[in-house]
Amino acid sequence: MSRTMLTGNVAAAWGARLAGIEYLPAFPITPQTEIIETISRWIETGEMDCRMTTLESEHSMVTAAGAAAAAGVRVFTATSSQGLLYGMEMLYTTAGWRAPFVLVNVSRGLSSPITLEPDHNDILAARDSGFLQLHCATCQEVLDGVLVAYRLAEDERVRLPVIVNMDGFHLSFTREPVEITDAAAAARFLPPFDPGNLGFRAGAPLSEAVAVLGGSPYSYFRYQVHLAALNAEAVFPSIAGEFHRAFGRPFPAVETYRCDDAEVVFVMMGSFATKAKAAVDRLREAGEAVGLVRPVMLRPFPSAALREALAGKRGIAVVDQNLSPGRGGVLHTEISAALQGCAGPSPVLASFVGGLGGREIASEEFCEMAAVARRAAAEGRAPEPRLLFTEAERKEMRNLQAIALARGARERRP
Amino acid sequence: MSETRFRTMKDLPAAHLLGTGTAMCAGCGGLEALHQIYDILGEKTVFINAAGCMTLLAIYPYTPFGGSWLYSAMASAPAGAQGVRDALDILLSKGRISPEEDLTAVVLTGDGSAYGMGLSAASGTIERGLDFIYVCYDNEGYGNTGQQHSGATPHGARTSTSRGRSGFPGFKKDLFAVWVSHRPSYAATVVGSEPLDLARKIEKAKGLRGPRLILALAPCPTGWDFDPAEAARIGKLAVETGVWPLKEYFDGRVTFTRAPKKRLPVEEYLEVQGRFAHLFHPRRNEVLLGDIQAQVDAAWREAESQGLPEK
Repeated sequence: MSRTMLTGNVAAAWGARLAGIEYLPAFPITPQTEIIETISRWIETGEMDCRMTTLESEHSMVTAAGAAAAAGVRVFTATSSQGLLYGMEMLYTTAGWRAPFVLVNVSRGLSSPITLEPDHNDILAARDSGFLQLHCATCQEVLDGVLVAYRLAEDERVRLPVIVNMDGFHLSFTREPVEITDAAAAARFLPPFDPGNLGFRAGAPLSEAVAVLGGSPYSYFRYQVHLAALNAEAVFPSIAGEFHRAFGRPFPAVETYRCDDAEVVFVMMGSFATKAKAAVDRLREAGEAVGLVRPVMLRPFPSAALREALAGKRGIAVVDQNLSPGRGGVLHTEISAALQGCAGPSPVLASFVGGLGGREIASEEFCEMAAVARRAAAEGRAPEPRLLFTEAERKEMRNLQAIALARGARERRP
Repeated sequence: MSETRFRTMKDLPAAHLLGTGTAMCAGCGGLEALHQIYDILGEKTVFINAAGCMTLLAIYPYTPFGGSWLYSAMASAPAGAQGVRDALDILLSKGRISPEEDLTAVVLTGDGSAYGMGLSAASGTIERGLDFIYVCYDNEGYGNTGQQHSGATPHGARTSTSRGRSGFPGFKKDLFAVWVSHRPSYAATVVGSEPLDLARKIEKAKGLRGPRLILALAPCPTGWDFDPAEAARIGKLAVETGVWPLKEYFDGRVTFTRAPKKRLPVEEYLEVQGRFAHLFHPRRNEVLLGDIQAQVDAAWREAESQGLPEK
């Protein structure tokens, strides 16, 4: 099958188109906007039969998305960064509604300072919302992820919204060869939405999301969300297997790369993991037994698959493209918890934070991180967490600060 | 309103559709208005609720509504109505539901959301021409949290965040005018103590399409500090003193539906509410009472100068 050069944004739009979405509540934000522009163009040309409503905020956008999904139509929406946070209240709320819809988030560093390029603090802020999360590393995975996400969201054992995440600029605006799935095959894989007991009808009144009094009913409904998310982990292999058979492309919950005999592995999410892949190849050429483990699914957390992938490794370099101030990398915490109490010798974890606001992670840095992890494994002791920042960057910051201070000094002059 | 089926009080519905035994306070003016509104809108409705007192109408597993209900959040109930309405339109156009199964989307919100946090979402839905009814029960403060002042609180009222001798220093926002500036299909002020006027307006709103505002003054025994038995009398005084003008906007024109021939002094409305007691005790605050009366008079002078006729 032929492949077409698509940006991650257009791949996301193709995912929505092939999913036969019926409703697009929208709000523009960089670097997501190309998704809604692309779909709106297809609606105008009649290539898509979809209703689009531009709301006045992401808070309203997520509300409308959840309300429409709860009313029984297939809903797609997209946002980024500040927008995801502005809609955060409704992420938690609509997940509690058990409204199955798909939201593509195009990751972008959070304010302050305000910036455009990616890291994962936006998407990780939604970690505990009840949305399931798929993290993509390629434009193909974005298209495929949207189709898989609808199967997960709409599965009657799950019925939860799903976020498909891609990195701003590095995927959103980067063209890669993408196989655009055949529409008929996509429709076979993802039949029209069967809303089941969802929906508001004159003949079948429904009270949705009513208040509860006391901790017991509250706990019950929150546990239901958790158990549904765990069900998603159980049904994921069969959905992914079906996808693989239908389209010949795997969509694993956890990708492993040159891991089998690896002593040291990187653990990373998203498109920056492709940089780690390149580093793995170079380190392998130099004779080092290094691999990569990449969680594609972050919620539900694929603990079993990660344990299997990391079993027998001596050192693990967790590279977090996010920062929880006062704690460090979020993924590091999650991997540590997953490995806790496992049988057999425990790997030693080394924590690194890098790639914030799109900061490049250079090839030499991957070599250094692998070396740190290897040394830590030999010593049997976890090293201090490292924040990636080079001497050259520090000097450049000093230059910028000198300019900022010089201007300030001039203005203060009488 | 010559075409109304509600010509006298005898024409009003004899029994209420909304169930009883809710968690609302005794004498709740908002609930009084909602009963009457629901009797006419009926059960082919889906109420999209914003956080407020009336969120406690539906507490699992009970609801007083025979129709549908969706609790949203404080800021985005109109967007919830947008999503439901858009989805119903999609389902109708594809034949997945029959026209008989269609519902009217109704936002139910207090003033805390309507005058503040929810204003952006409401403005967006009006500008998009959404086909829905927006019901605000206005008890002039954040009532559900103990009556802190909101954008709807009148000048001089004591609230739990304006306890000083002069009460609330700000002025009540004119939400009706805010809506009218958007040119909606319909906007009306109502109060539960004037059921005939209310019924005619709901009937009229029900027969229209597009964004429609029903702004109901909701005398609040707990927040305004009066005996629950006085709720209806206070509602009537709000109209007779001219504090709460009963009016509607339709077809580009504002019309007063119940302009009192001779307005009672505003202090007759104020003195029966504990939230204004500091204007009378330990001694009369003539300046503030005069200011409040002057504001009411000025509002009516402005209305009359624009030649807005009574129906």
